[in-house]
Amino acid sequence: MSPGRVAASILPLEFDSVGYTVGGRPLVRELSFRLEPGLRTLILGPNGSGKSLTLRLAHGLLRPSSGSVRWHGAAPERVRGDQAMVFERPVLLRRSVLANLEYALALKSVPRRARRDVAFEFLRKTGLESLAQRSARVLSAGEQQRLAIARAWATEPEVLLLDEPTAVLDPGAARSIEKLIDAIAGSGTRIVMTTHDLAQARRLADEVLFLWEGRLLEHARADEFFDRPESDRARAFLRGEPMW
Amino acid sequence: MRDLTEAFSTALRMILGGDPELLEIVRLSLEVSTAALFLAACVGLPLGGLVALLRFPGRRFVAILLNALMGLPPVVVGLLVYLMLSRSGPLGGLGWLFTPTAMILAQFVLIVPIVASLTRQVVEDLWEEYESQLRSLGAGPLRAIPTLLWDGRYRLVTTLLAGFGRAIAEVGAVIIVGGNIAHVTRVMTTAIALETRKGDLALALALGLVLLGMSLGINAAASLVTEFARRREG
Repeated sequence: MSPGRVAASILPLEFDSVGYTVGGRPLVRELSFRLEPGLRTLILGPNGSGKSLTLRLAHGLLRPSSGSVRWHGAAPERVRGDQAMVFERPVLLRRSVLANLEYALALKSVPRRARRDVAFEFLRKTGLESLAQRSARVLSAGEQQRLAIARAWATEPEVLLLDEPTAVLDPGAARSIEKLIDAIAGSGTRIVMTTHDLAQARRLADEVLFLWEGRLLEHARADEFFDRPESDRARAFLRGEPMW
Repeated sequence: MRDLTEAFSTALRMILGGDPELLEIVRLSLEVSTAALFLAACVGLPLGGLVALLRFPGRRFVAILLNALMGLPPVVVGLLVYLMLSRSGPLGGLGWLFTPTAMILAQFVLIVPIVASLTRQVVEDLWEEYESQLRSLGAGPLRAIPTLLWDGRYRLVTTLLAGFGRAIAEVGAVIIVGGNIAHVTRVMTTAIALETRKGDLALALALGLVLLGMSLGINAAASLVTEFARRREG
Protein backbone atom coordinates (compact mmCIF):
# COMPACT_ATOMS: atom_id res chain seq x y z
CA MET A 1 0.00 0.00 0.00
CA SER A 2 2.74 2.42 0.90
CA PRO A 3 4.74 2.57 -2.32
CA GLY A 4 1.94 4.08 -4.41
CA ARG A 5 1.37 6.76 -1.85
CA VAL A 6 4.39 8.88 -2.65
CA ALA A 7 3.11 9.47 -6.16
CA ALA A 8 -0.46 10.43 -5.29
CA SER A 9 -0.94 12.45 -2.13
CA ILE A 10 -4.49 13.44 -1.23
CA LEU A 11 -3.21 16.58 0.49
CA PRO A 12 -3.74 19.47 0.66
CA LEU A 13 -7.23 19.40 2.15
CA GLU A 14 -9.20 22.45 1.15
CA PHE A 15 -12.41 23.78 2.68
CA ASP A 16 -13.89 26.52 0.54
CA SER A 17 -16.69 28.56 2.18
CA VAL A 18 -18.19 25.40 3.63
CA GLY A 19 -21.56 25.73 5.30
CA TYR A 20 -23.52 22.97 6.99
CA THR A 21 -27.11 23.60 7.96
CA VAL A 22 -29.56 21.36 9.76
CA GLY A 23 -33.22 22.33 9.88
CA GLY A 24 -32.44 25.94 8.96
CA ARG A 25 -29.82 26.19 11.72
CA PRO A 26 -26.33 26.87 10.44
CA LEU A 27 -23.92 24.66 12.38
CA VAL A 28 -20.88 25.41 10.23
CA ARG A 29 -20.53 28.76 8.47
CA GLU A 30 -18.23 30.01 5.75
CA LEU A 31 -15.50 27.62 6.76
CA SER A 32 -12.38 28.06 4.63
CA PHE A 33 -8.94 26.66 5.31
CA ARG A 34 -6.23 24.62 3.70
CA LEU A 35 -4.24 21.85 5.39
CA GLU A 36 -0.80 21.12 3.96
CA PRO A 37 1.16 17.89 4.37
CA GLY A 38 3.50 17.30 7.26
CA LEU A 39 1.86 19.04 10.19
CA ARG A 40 -0.25 17.92 13.09
CA THR A 41 -3.47 19.90 13.18
CA LEU A 42 -5.56 20.25 16.30
CA ILE A 43 -9.07 21.59 15.97
CA LEU A 44 -10.04 23.43 19.13
CA GLY A 45 -13.17 25.15 20.32
CA PRO A 46 -15.93 24.87 22.90
CA ASN A 47 -18.70 22.29 22.68
CA GLY A 48 -20.95 22.89 19.71
CA SER A 49 -18.37 24.92 17.81
CA GLY A 50 -18.42 22.46 14.90
CA LYS A 51 -15.24 20.48 15.52
CA SER A 52 -16.73 17.03 14.94
CA LEU A 53 -18.78 18.27 12.01
CA THR A 54 -15.62 19.61 10.40
CA LEU A 55 -14.01 16.17 10.64
CA ARG A 56 -17.12 14.46 9.30
CA LEU A 57 -17.30 16.90 6.42
CA ALA A 58 -13.63 16.28 5.66
CA HIS A 59 -14.20 12.53 5.78
CA GLY A 60 -17.18 12.78 3.43
CA LEU A 61 -19.66 11.36 5.94
CA LEU A 62 -21.56 14.63 5.66
CA ARG A 63 -22.10 16.72 2.55
CA PRO A 64 -21.72 20.47 2.90
CA SER A 65 -24.91 22.50 2.42
CA SER A 66 -22.81 25.08 0.62
CA GLY A 67 -19.21 25.47 -0.45
CA SER A 68 -16.89 22.58 -1.18
CA VAL A 69 -14.48 20.17 0.48
CA ARG A 70 -11.65 18.88 -1.68
CA TRP A 71 -8.71 16.60 -1.10
CA HIS A 72 -6.17 17.57 -3.73
CA GLY A 73 -9.13 18.45 -5.91
CA ALA A 74 -11.04 15.22 -5.23
CA ALA A 75 -14.34 14.79 -3.38
CA PRO A 76 -13.86 13.29 0.11
CA GLU A 77 -15.75 10.05 -0.53
CA ARG A 78 -13.55 9.33 -3.54
CA VAL A 79 -10.37 9.31 -1.48
CA ARG A 80 -11.79 7.88 1.72
CA GLY A 81 -9.55 4.87 1.29
CA ASP A 82 -6.55 7.10 1.99
CA GLN A 83 -8.10 8.51 5.13
CA ALA A 84 -9.16 6.83 8.33
CA MET A 85 -11.30 8.23 11.10
CA VAL A 86 -11.48 7.37 14.78
CA PHE A 87 -14.78 8.38 16.32
CA GLU A 88 -15.29 9.73 19.80
CA ARG A 89 -17.30 6.60 20.54
CA PRO A 90 -15.87 4.12 18.08
CA VAL A 91 -18.11 1.29 16.98
CA LEU A 92 -16.34 -2.01 17.38
CA LEU A 93 -17.71 -5.04 15.63
CA ARG A 94 -19.23 -7.74 17.83
CA ARG A 95 -16.24 -9.97 17.17
CA SER A 96 -12.79 -10.57 18.55
CA VAL A 97 -10.14 -7.87 18.70
CA LEU A 98 -8.23 -9.63 15.93
CA ALA A 99 -11.35 -9.99 13.76
CA ASN A 100 -11.98 -6.26 14.05
CA LEU A 101 -8.60 -5.55 12.49
CA GLU A 102 -8.91 -8.25 9.88
CA TYR A 103 -12.29 -6.88 8.85
CA ALA A 104 -10.87 -3.41 8.19
CA LEU A 105 -7.99 -4.95 6.23
CA ALA A 106 -10.42 -7.03 4.16
CA LEU A 107 -12.29 -3.86 3.20
CA LYS A 108 -8.97 -2.39 2.08
CA SER A 109 -8.44 -5.45 -0.14
CA VAL A 110 -5.45 -6.74 1.80
CA PRO A 111 -5.11 -10.36 0.62
CA ARG A 112 -6.58 -12.90 3.02
CA ARG A 113 -3.23 -14.57 3.69
CA ALA A 114 -1.53 -11.33 4.68
CA ARG A 115 -4.27 -10.05 6.96
CA ARG A 116 -3.38 -11.95 10.09
CA ASP A 117 0.26 -10.87 10.00
CA VAL A 118 -0.62 -7.23 9.39
CA ALA A 119 -3.27 -7.37 12.10
CA PHE A 120 -0.82 -8.78 14.63
CA GLU A 121 1.79 -6.23 13.65
CA PHE A 122 -0.59 -3.42 14.57
CA LEU A 123 -1.86 -5.17 17.68
CA ARG A 124 1.77 -5.28 18.81
CA LYS A 125 2.30 -1.62 17.97
CA THR A 126 -0.74 -0.68 20.04
CA GLY A 127 -0.05 -3.06 22.92
CA LEU A 128 -3.15 -5.15 22.33
CA GLU A 129 -1.48 -8.37 21.27
CA SER A 130 -2.42 -10.26 24.41
CA LEU A 131 -6.08 -9.33 23.89
CA ALA A 132 -6.24 -10.58 20.29
CA GLN A 133 -8.84 -13.28 20.93
CA ARG A 134 -10.95 -11.28 23.37
CA SER A 135 -14.39 -10.06 22.42
CA ALA A 136 -13.90 -6.41 21.42
CA ARG A 137 -17.09 -5.25 23.11
CA VAL A 138 -15.97 -6.17 26.61
CA LEU A 139 -12.68 -4.25 26.54
CA SER A 140 -12.21 -1.23 28.79
CA ALA A 141 -12.85 2.20 27.27
CA GLY A 142 -9.11 2.82 26.90
CA GLU A 143 -8.55 -0.54 25.23
CA GLN A 144 -11.51 0.00 22.92
CA GLN A 145 -10.12 3.36 21.86
CA ARG A 146 -6.70 1.82 21.29
CA LEU A 147 -8.28 -0.89 19.18
CA ALA A 148 -10.17 1.71 17.16
CA ILE A 149 -6.88 3.52 16.56
CA ALA A 150 -5.11 0.26 15.69
CA ARG A 151 -7.89 -0.54 13.22
CA ALA A 152 -7.56 2.87 11.59
CA TRP A 153 -3.75 2.78 11.58
CA ALA A 154 -3.57 -0.75 10.14
CA THR A 155 -5.09 0.48 6.90
CA GLU A 156 -2.07 2.79 6.59
CA PRO A 157 -3.99 5.96 5.82
CA GLU A 158 -2.22 9.07 4.59
CA VAL A 159 -4.45 11.12 6.87
CA LEU A 160 -5.87 10.07 10.21
CA LEU A 161 -8.84 12.01 11.56
CA LEU A 162 -9.40 11.66 15.31
CA ASP A 163 -12.52 12.99 16.97
CA GLU A 164 -11.95 13.61 20.70
CA PRO A 165 -10.04 10.35 21.04
CA THR A 166 -9.45 10.78 24.77
CA ALA A 167 -12.66 12.52 25.84
CA VAL A 168 -14.00 9.62 27.89
CA LEU A 169 -10.68 8.29 29.19
CA ASP A 170 -8.88 8.68 32.50
CA PRO A 171 -5.56 10.60 32.40
CA GLY A 172 -3.39 7.49 32.23
CA ALA A 173 -5.31 5.99 29.34
CA ALA A 174 -5.38 9.40 27.66
CA ARG A 175 -1.60 9.69 27.84
CA SER A 176 -1.15 6.25 26.33
CA ILE A 177 -3.40 7.29 23.44
CA GLU A 178 -1.32 10.45 23.00
CA LYS A 179 1.85 8.36 22.79
CA LEU A 180 0.17 6.25 20.15
CA ILE A 181 -0.80 9.31 18.15
CA ASP A 182 2.81 10.48 18.40
CA ALA A 183 3.98 7.18 16.99
CA ILE A 184 1.45 7.30 14.16
CA ALA A 185 2.49 10.83 13.24
CA GLY A 186 6.11 9.66 13.39
CA SER A 187 5.33 6.94 10.85
CA GLY A 188 4.36 9.65 8.39
CA THR A 189 0.59 9.81 8.78
CA ARG A 190 -0.96 13.27 8.76
CA ILE A 191 -2.93 13.83 11.98
CA VAL A 192 -6.04 15.98 12.16
CA MET A 193 -7.66 15.82 15.54
CA THR A 194 -10.22 17.53 17.72
CA THR A 195 -9.93 17.91 21.46
CA HIS A 196 -11.17 20.15 24.21
CA ASP A 197 -8.17 19.28 26.38
CA LEU A 198 -5.86 22.28 26.10
CA ALA A 199 -2.85 20.65 27.73
CA GLN A 200 -3.15 17.82 25.27
CA ALA A 201 -3.44 20.26 22.38
CA ARG A 202 -0.23 21.98 23.51
CA ARG A 203 1.57 18.65 23.61
CA LEU A 204 0.40 17.46 20.20
CA ALA A 205 -0.28 20.41 17.94
CA ASP A 206 1.88 21.88 15.18
CA GLU A 207 -0.98 24.09 14.07
CA VAL A 208 -4.37 24.97 15.48
CA LEU A 209 -7.76 25.63 13.96
CA PHE A 210 -9.89 27.49 16.48
CA LEU A 211 -13.64 27.26 15.89
CA TRP A 212 -16.38 29.19 17.56
CA GLU A 213 -20.08 28.77 16.79
CA GLY A 214 -19.32 27.07 13.50
CA ARG A 215 -16.87 29.72 12.32
CA LEU A 216 -13.14 29.56 11.96
CA LEU A 217 -11.70 32.34 14.14
CA GLU A 218 -8.03 31.41 13.97
CA HIS A 219 -5.74 29.20 11.95
CA ALA A 220 -2.23 29.55 13.32
CA ARG A 221 0.96 27.80 14.26
CA ALA A 222 0.50 26.17 17.65
CA ASP A 223 3.09 28.29 19.52
CA GLU A 224 1.62 31.48 18.11
CA PHE A 225 -1.91 30.47 18.96
CA PHE A 226 -1.12 29.51 22.51
CA ASP A 227 1.21 32.50 23.20
CA ARG A 228 -0.48 35.25 21.23
CA PRO A 229 -4.07 34.38 20.29
CA GLU A 230 -5.51 37.08 18.07
CA SER A 231 -9.19 36.91 18.94
CA ASP A 232 -10.87 37.72 22.24
CA ARG A 233 -12.78 34.45 21.99
CA ALA A 234 -9.57 32.45 21.74
CA ARG A 235 -8.02 34.34 24.67
CA ALA A 236 -11.10 33.64 26.77
CA PHE A 237 -11.09 30.00 25.66
CA LEU A 238 -7.42 29.58 26.59
CA ARG A 239 -8.03 31.13 29.98
CA GLY A 240 -10.88 28.68 30.52
CA GLU A 241 -13.49 31.41 30.82
CA PRO A 242 -17.17 30.76 30.11
CA MET A 243 -17.79 31.23 26.41
CA TRP A 244 -21.20 32.86 26.55
CA MET B 1 -61.36 -38.93 34.83
CA ARG B 2 -60.00 -42.49 35.03
CA ASP B 3 -59.80 -42.58 31.23
CA LEU B 4 -57.78 -39.42 31.32
CA THR B 5 -55.35 -40.71 33.92
CA GLU B 6 -54.94 -43.90 31.98
CA ALA B 7 -54.38 -42.02 28.72
CA PHE B 8 -51.83 -39.86 30.45
CA SER B 9 -49.86 -42.76 31.86
CA THR B 10 -49.98 -44.57 28.51
CA ALA B 11 -48.72 -41.37 26.90
CA LEU B 12 -45.81 -41.19 29.31
CA ARG B 13 -44.98 -44.84 28.68
CA MET B 14 -45.00 -44.18 24.93
CA ILE B 15 -42.60 -41.29 25.32
CA LEU B 16 -40.24 -42.97 27.76
CA GLY B 17 -40.41 -46.31 25.94
CA GLY B 18 -39.74 -44.72 22.58
CA ASP B 19 -42.94 -45.94 20.90
CA PRO B 20 -42.06 -46.47 17.20
CA GLU B 21 -45.17 -44.79 15.84
CA LEU B 22 -44.60 -41.79 18.06
CA LEU B 23 -40.96 -41.56 17.06
CA GLU B 24 -41.78 -41.79 13.38
CA ILE B 25 -44.21 -38.90 13.63
CA VAL B 26 -41.87 -36.77 15.71
CA ARG B 27 -39.02 -37.42 13.31
CA LEU B 28 -41.06 -36.40 10.27
CA SER B 29 -42.15 -33.24 12.08
CA LEU B 30 -38.57 -32.33 12.83
CA GLU B 31 -37.41 -33.10 9.31
CA VAL B 32 -40.14 -31.05 7.65
CA SER B 33 -39.81 -28.04 9.93
CA THR B 34 -36.00 -28.07 9.91
CA ALA B 35 -35.99 -28.12 6.11
CA ALA B 36 -38.55 -25.32 6.02
CA LEU B 37 -36.47 -23.29 8.47
CA PHE B 38 -33.27 -23.85 6.48
CA LEU B 39 -34.93 -22.60 3.30
CA ALA B 40 -36.57 -19.70 5.11
CA ALA B 41 -33.18 -18.71 6.54
CA CYS B 42 -31.52 -18.87 3.11
CA VAL B 43 -34.15 -16.51 1.72
CA GLY B 44 -35.26 -14.53 4.76
CA LEU B 45 -31.89 -13.45 6.17
CA PRO B 46 -30.56 -11.82 2.97
CA LEU B 47 -34.02 -10.52 2.09
CA GLY B 48 -34.36 -8.86 5.50
CA GLY B 49 -30.90 -7.36 5.08
CA LEU B 50 -31.68 -6.00 1.64
CA VAL B 51 -34.97 -4.44 2.72
CA ALA B 52 -33.22 -2.92 5.73
CA LEU B 53 -30.31 -1.29 3.90
CA LEU B 54 -31.08 -0.77 0.23
CA ARG B 55 -32.97 2.34 -0.73
CA PHE B 56 -35.41 1.50 -3.50
CA PRO B 57 -38.87 2.78 -4.34
CA GLY B 58 -41.51 0.90 -2.39
CA ARG B 59 -39.09 -0.16 0.33
CA ARG B 60 -41.43 0.94 3.09
CA PHE B 61 -44.28 -0.89 1.43
CA VAL B 62 -42.24 -4.11 1.28
CA ALA B 63 -41.31 -3.71 4.95
CA ILE B 64 -44.95 -3.23 5.94
CA LEU B 65 -46.01 -6.15 3.73
CA LEU B 66 -43.44 -8.45 5.35
CA ASN B 67 -44.68 -7.39 8.75
CA ALA B 68 -48.27 -8.05 7.80
CA LEU B 69 -47.40 -11.44 6.33
CA MET B 70 -45.95 -12.50 9.69
CA GLY B 71 -49.51 -13.07 10.80
CA LEU B 72 -50.55 -15.14 7.77
CA PRO B 73 -53.27 -17.62 8.77
CA PRO B 74 -51.81 -21.09 8.21
CA VAL B 75 -54.98 -22.41 6.56
CA VAL B 76 -54.78 -19.66 3.96
CA VAL B 77 -51.16 -20.56 3.26
CA GLY B 78 -52.24 -24.19 3.02
CA LEU B 79 -54.97 -23.29 0.59
CA LEU B 80 -52.66 -21.18 -1.61
CA VAL B 81 -49.94 -23.82 -1.70
CA TYR B 82 -52.63 -26.45 -2.37
CA LEU B 83 -53.89 -24.45 -5.35
CA MET B 84 -50.36 -24.06 -6.68
CA LEU B 85 -49.59 -27.78 -6.36
CA SER B 86 -52.96 -29.25 -7.32
CA ARG B 87 -53.05 -31.02 -10.62
CA SER B 88 -54.50 -28.04 -12.47
CA GLY B 89 -52.25 -25.55 -10.63
CA PRO B 90 -49.09 -23.96 -12.06
CA LEU B 91 -46.82 -26.33 -10.13
CA GLY B 92 -49.11 -29.33 -10.48
CA GLY B 93 -46.66 -31.11 -12.75
CA LEU B 94 -44.20 -31.52 -9.88
CA GLY B 95 -46.45 -34.04 -8.19
CA TRP B 96 -45.65 -32.64 -4.74
CA LEU B 97 -49.16 -32.55 -3.33
CA PHE B 98 -49.61 -34.83 -0.31
CA THR B 99 -45.85 -35.33 0.09
CA PRO B 100 -43.52 -33.99 2.80
CA THR B 101 -42.09 -31.64 0.15
CA ALA B 102 -45.44 -29.86 -0.08
CA MET B 103 -45.45 -29.50 3.70
CA ILE B 104 -41.96 -28.04 3.65
CA LEU B 105 -43.06 -25.56 1.00
CA ALA B 106 -46.13 -24.55 3.00
CA GLN B 107 -44.16 -24.03 6.22
CA PHE B 108 -41.51 -22.15 4.28
CA VAL B 109 -44.12 -19.75 2.94
CA LEU B 110 -45.52 -19.38 6.43
CA ILE B 111 -42.27 -18.48 8.18
CA VAL B 112 -40.22 -16.69 5.54
CA PRO B 113 -41.98 -13.38 6.34
CA ILE B 114 -41.22 -13.91 10.03
CA VAL B 115 -37.53 -14.49 9.42
CA ALA B 116 -37.26 -11.66 6.87
CA SER B 117 -39.20 -9.14 8.92
CA LEU B 118 -37.39 -9.76 12.20
CA THR B 119 -34.06 -9.78 10.35
CA ARG B 120 -34.89 -6.43 8.79
CA GLN B 121 -35.49 -5.04 12.27
CA VAL B 122 -32.22 -6.41 13.65
CA VAL B 123 -30.18 -5.18 10.67
CA GLU B 124 -31.80 -1.73 10.69
CA ASP B 125 -31.04 -1.30 14.38
CA LEU B 126 -27.42 -2.33 13.89
CA TRP B 127 -27.03 -0.08 10.83
CA GLU B 128 -28.10 2.90 12.86
CA GLU B 129 -25.28 2.15 15.26
CA TYR B 130 -22.70 1.08 12.65
CA GLU B 131 -23.36 3.27 9.61
CA SER B 132 -20.77 6.03 10.08
CA GLN B 133 -18.13 3.57 11.21
CA LEU B 134 -18.69 1.15 8.34
CA ARG B 135 -18.78 3.91 5.74
CA SER B 136 -15.56 5.21 7.20
CA LEU B 137 -13.96 1.78 6.91
CA GLY B 138 -15.10 1.59 3.32
CA ALA B 139 -18.25 -0.56 3.46
CA GLY B 140 -21.39 0.65 1.72
CA PRO B 141 -24.86 -0.76 2.43
CA LEU B 142 -24.48 -3.84 0.22
CA ARG B 143 -21.19 -4.84 1.78
CA ALA B 144 -22.63 -4.11 5.20
CA ILE B 145 -25.39 -6.72 4.91
CA PRO B 146 -23.21 -9.79 5.59
CA THR B 147 -21.33 -7.78 8.23
CA LEU B 148 -24.49 -6.91 10.11
CA LEU B 149 -26.01 -10.38 9.70
CA TRP B 150 -22.92 -11.76 11.38
CA ASP B 151 -22.78 -9.10 14.09
CA GLY B 152 -26.48 -9.66 14.78
CA ARG B 153 -26.01 -13.42 14.90
CA TYR B 154 -27.28 -13.98 18.44
CA ARG B 155 -30.44 -12.01 17.88
CA LEU B 156 -30.90 -13.73 14.54
CA VAL B 157 -30.63 -17.16 16.15
CA THR B 158 -33.58 -16.30 18.35
CA THR B 159 -35.39 -15.08 15.23
CA LEU B 160 -34.78 -18.43 13.57
CA LEU B 161 -35.95 -20.25 16.68
CA ALA B 162 -39.16 -18.23 16.58
CA GLY B 163 -39.65 -19.29 12.96
CA PHE B 164 -39.02 -22.92 13.80
CA GLY B 165 -41.46 -22.78 16.69
CA ARG B 166 -44.14 -21.36 14.44
CA ALA B 167 -43.48 -23.98 11.74
CA ILE B 168 -43.52 -27.04 13.94
CA ALA B 169 -46.60 -25.99 15.88
CA GLU B 170 -48.93 -25.11 13.02
CA VAL B 171 -51.53 -27.54 11.76
CA GLY B 172 -53.69 -25.72 9.21
CA ALA B 173 -51.22 -25.57 6.34
CA VAL B 174 -49.68 -29.03 6.55
CA ILE B 175 -52.99 -30.81 6.95
CA ILE B 176 -54.25 -29.28 3.70
CA VAL B 177 -51.17 -29.84 1.54
CA GLY B 178 -49.94 -33.00 3.28
CA GLY B 179 -53.23 -34.75 3.84
CA ASN B 180 -52.18 -36.40 7.12
CA ILE B 181 -51.39 -39.72 5.46
CA ALA B 182 -50.11 -42.29 7.94
CA HIS B 183 -46.37 -43.00 7.62
CA VAL B 184 -46.06 -40.41 4.83
CA THR B 185 -47.25 -36.97 5.81
CA ARG B 186 -48.45 -37.41 9.37
CA VAL B 187 -46.72 -34.95 11.66
CA MET B 188 -47.27 -34.15 15.32
CA THR B 189 -49.95 -31.50 14.91
CA THR B 190 -51.98 -33.35 12.31
CA ALA B 191 -51.70 -36.57 14.27
CA ILE B 192 -52.95 -34.86 17.42
CA ALA B 193 -55.96 -33.47 15.53
CA LEU B 194 -56.76 -36.88 14.09
CA GLU B 195 -56.18 -39.01 17.19
CA THR B 196 -58.23 -36.67 19.34
CA ARG B 197 -61.14 -36.97 16.96
CA LYS B 198 -60.76 -40.76 16.95
CA GLY B 199 -60.65 -40.81 20.72
CA ASP B 200 -57.10 -42.23 20.94
CA LEU B 201 -56.11 -39.79 23.60
CA ALA B 202 -52.90 -41.56 24.59
CA LEU B 203 -51.04 -40.94 21.33
CA ALA B 204 -52.50 -37.43 21.08
CA LEU B 205 -51.37 -36.64 24.60
CA ALA B 206 -47.94 -38.12 24.06
CA LEU B 207 -47.44 -36.01 20.94
CA GLY B 208 -48.85 -33.00 22.72
CA LEU B 209 -46.33 -33.43 25.53
CA VAL B 210 -43.47 -33.77 23.05
CA LEU B 211 -44.62 -30.64 21.21
CA LEU B 212 -44.98 -28.75 24.46
CA GLY B 213 -41.50 -29.86 25.51
CA MET B 214 -40.08 -28.70 22.21
CA SER B 215 -41.63 -25.31 22.45
CA LEU B 216 -40.32 -24.96 25.99
CA GLY B 217 -36.92 -26.09 24.75
CA ILE B 218 -36.96 -23.57 21.91
CA ASN B 219 -37.82 -20.73 24.25
CA ALA B 220 -35.20 -21.83 26.75
CA ALA B 221 -32.63 -21.98 23.96
CA ALA B 222 -33.60 -18.50 22.81
CA SER B 223 -33.19 -17.00 26.26
CA LEU B 224 -29.90 -18.85 26.78
CA VAL B 225 -28.56 -17.41 23.52
CA THR B 226 -29.65 -13.93 24.56
CA GLU B 227 -28.04 -14.33 27.95
CA PHE B 228 -24.83 -15.67 26.40
CA ALA B 229 -24.71 -12.74 23.97
CA ARG B 230 -25.28 -10.23 26.76
CA ARG B 231 -22.40 -11.66 28.76
CA ARG B 232 -20.12 -11.84 25.78
CA GLU B 233 -20.83 -8.43 24.36
CA GLY B 234 -22.21 -6.38 27.19
